[in-house]
Amino acid sequence: MKILVCISKTPDTTAKIAFTDNNTKFVTDGVQWIINPYDEWYALVRAIELKEKDPSTVIHLVTVGGADAEPIIRKALALGGDEAIRVNADSSDSFYIASQIADVAKQGGYDLVLTGKETIDYNGSSIGGMVAELLDIPFVSWATKFDLNGTVATINREIEGGEETCEVSLPVAVSCQKGVAEQRIPNMKGIMGARTKPLKVVEPVAADALTTVASFELPPAKQGVKLVDAENVGELIRLLHEEAKVI
Amino acid sequence: MSVLIFIDSADGHVKKASYEALSYGAQLAKQMGTSAEGVVLGTVQDDLTALGKYGISKVHQVEDAAFNQLDAQQYTKAIAAVAQSTGATVIVLSNNVTGKAIGPRLSARLKAGLVAGAIGLPDTSSGFRVRKGVFSGKAFANVDVTTPVKIVAVSPNSFSVIAGEGTAEKVAFAYTAEAPKVKVTATNKVTGQVPLSEAELVVSGGRGLKGPENWGMIEELAGLLGAATACSRAVADAHWRPHHEHVGQTGGTITPNLYIAVGISGAIQHLAGVNRSKVIVVINKDPEAPFFKAADYGIVGDAFEVVPKMIQEVKKLKGIA
Ligand SMILES: Cc1cc2nc3c(=O)[nH]c(=O)nc-3n(C[C@H](O)[C@H](O)[C@H](O)COP(=O)(O)OP(=O)(O)OC[C@H]3O[C@@H](n4cnc5c(N)ncnc54)[C@H](O)[C@@H]3O)c2cc1C
Ligand SMILES: Nc1ncnc2c1ncn2[C@@H]1O[C@H](COP(=O)(O)O)[C@@H](O)[C@H]1O
Repeated sequence: MKILVCISKTPDTTAKIAFTDNNTKFVTDGVQWIINPYDEWYALVRAIELKEKDPSTVIHLVTVGGADAEPIIRKALALGGDEAIRVNADSSDSFYIASQIADVAKQGGYDLVLTGKETIDYNGSSIGGMVAELLDIPFVSWATKFDLNGTVATINREIEGGEETCEVSLPVAVSCQKGVAEQRIPNMKGIMGARTKPLKVVEPVAADALTTVASFELPPAKQGVKLVDAENVGELIRLLHEEAKVI
Repeated sequence: MSVLIFIDSADGHVKKASYEALSYGAQLAKQMGTSAEGVVLGTVQDDLTALGKYGISKVHQVEDAAFNQLDAQQYTKAIAAVAQSTGATVIVLSNNVTGKAIGPRLSARLKAGLVAGAIGLPDTSSGFRVRKGVFSGKAFANVDVTTPVKIVAVSPNSFSVIAGEGTAEKVAFAYTAEAPKVKVTATNKVTGQVPLSEAELVVSGGRGLKGPENWGMIEELAGLLGAATACSRAVADAHWRPHHEHVGQTGGTITPNLYIAVGISGAIQHLAGVNRSKVIVVINKDPEAPFFKAADYGIVGDAFEVVPKMIQEVKKLKGIA
């Protein structure tokens, strides 16, 4: 069993969001970078659990990014995984990134490709599906549970107002969200071990970018909260009905 | 040149999110001076010709039971086939759970740039520029799609349904479906409730409610408003409420018209899941609760006094004595 886990680098959830250069660049000063939470807590941890059950499992991590992504991928290796591949390319276009991951996946011959449900900065929720299409394998998105029985995966996925259970034969690509696994803290042994695990850097393959971000915008500042006295709840309901027109 | 809208259905019915996608696609077609058509996969009981009132002239249907369950790979092939045969230059779908599975695949298959989570109509004055939410609701990006065919996945609840007059012509699309590789073996839906992801109104509770036994008033208020219920992670972690109700960075992301937060402090991880709600109401006894900074309306007060009064006032408004 060979698993490829896609790891992306994102600003910490509490990072201040600001833009510069005519709103074309995200201000990275003082920003702390983390492993995208869904990649770490769910995709990676589930892969590690599968390896704990079946030690013959091989886990590779892949990230598409510059050298500044290395601390992130090392941190992911400290949690678990056997080796990492960094595709040395900087791009924000989902299809370009997916093309790089698909190429790595083709060469490695993986049974399972795991991604997070989305990156918390770009919120594309796109890479997993694109990789699956490029590999011509099934894709199950927004998994809340993932189990393996030989070469058949049993997956719960989110649907409107609930979940459904489905079965699919490997190989498959799956995007993971809460439920798939529980967050873990890397231990000392993992952190020490990560230093000697192989981290391969490969150059990107030629691929097109299908989109470009022209500019960013911050949402207009909230007008400020309109406070209603606790003794006058009727006024709140009136405002919601007549002013905001939401009830 | 035309706009093709994917009409998502479940259990034989068109999903609410698809009416939004249809309205969006039809408006876009008007803006581009072209026509809008729809595509439906699988068996549907609803009258498809009636979808004309959302502004589409035709509905292409592949009426094969193989599509009654979602296999993104097979859906993608079929939609791509329809898009190619109709000469669609823009494909519109909802960025709901189905859209998130097939939008990216379609993009890779057709080498068509995708904007996932669009929150407004594209600017087509010079090129094709679409606004989408980024940084988990904290910013927007204006994305240029540079490919001949474009795909827009519309964020649920961000575009109003526009209904007028008209009927659509129903056309059977000749397509041989392959057997799905993803087989659905069980479905577990919360019945009788508004699904949180589709809800226009949401009433949510936090640790300030002290315990699961106090959720009766939250459910009553939600019931009166026709709202879904949600909660903070702290509440789900304490098993006061089921985990599917938990919203925020690690839970669901919702964009209702109204989000009422009762006894929730408004931690940044919670806000990440709800800050795209159109109107936010906060009920908290602590005037310093961070949630007030993100709120449109608020009451500083004890939930156990304020919520029962809200129930009374909503009853009055709805004419229920
Ligand atoms: C990595 C990470 C991810 C996270 N993801 C999420 C997430 O997805 N969703 C999420 O919700 N949280 C998430 N959290 C947790 C988040 O940081 C907060 O701890 C959590 O949201 C707090 O829940 P709460 O507001 O219900 O409880 P508290 O913070 O305890 O707040 C309770 C509030 O109730 C008020 N209150 C008390 N009594 C009353 C009363 N009688 N009437 C009115 N008000 C009253 C208090 O003033 C207080 O503001 C995450 C945290 C981390 C570190
Ligand atoms: N640059 C990247 N390198 C490796 N994996 C990525 C990268 N960007 C995104 N991913 C993976 O794709 C998932 C979805 O990302 P997105 O489509 O950007 O929301 C993430 O949770 C990651 O698992």
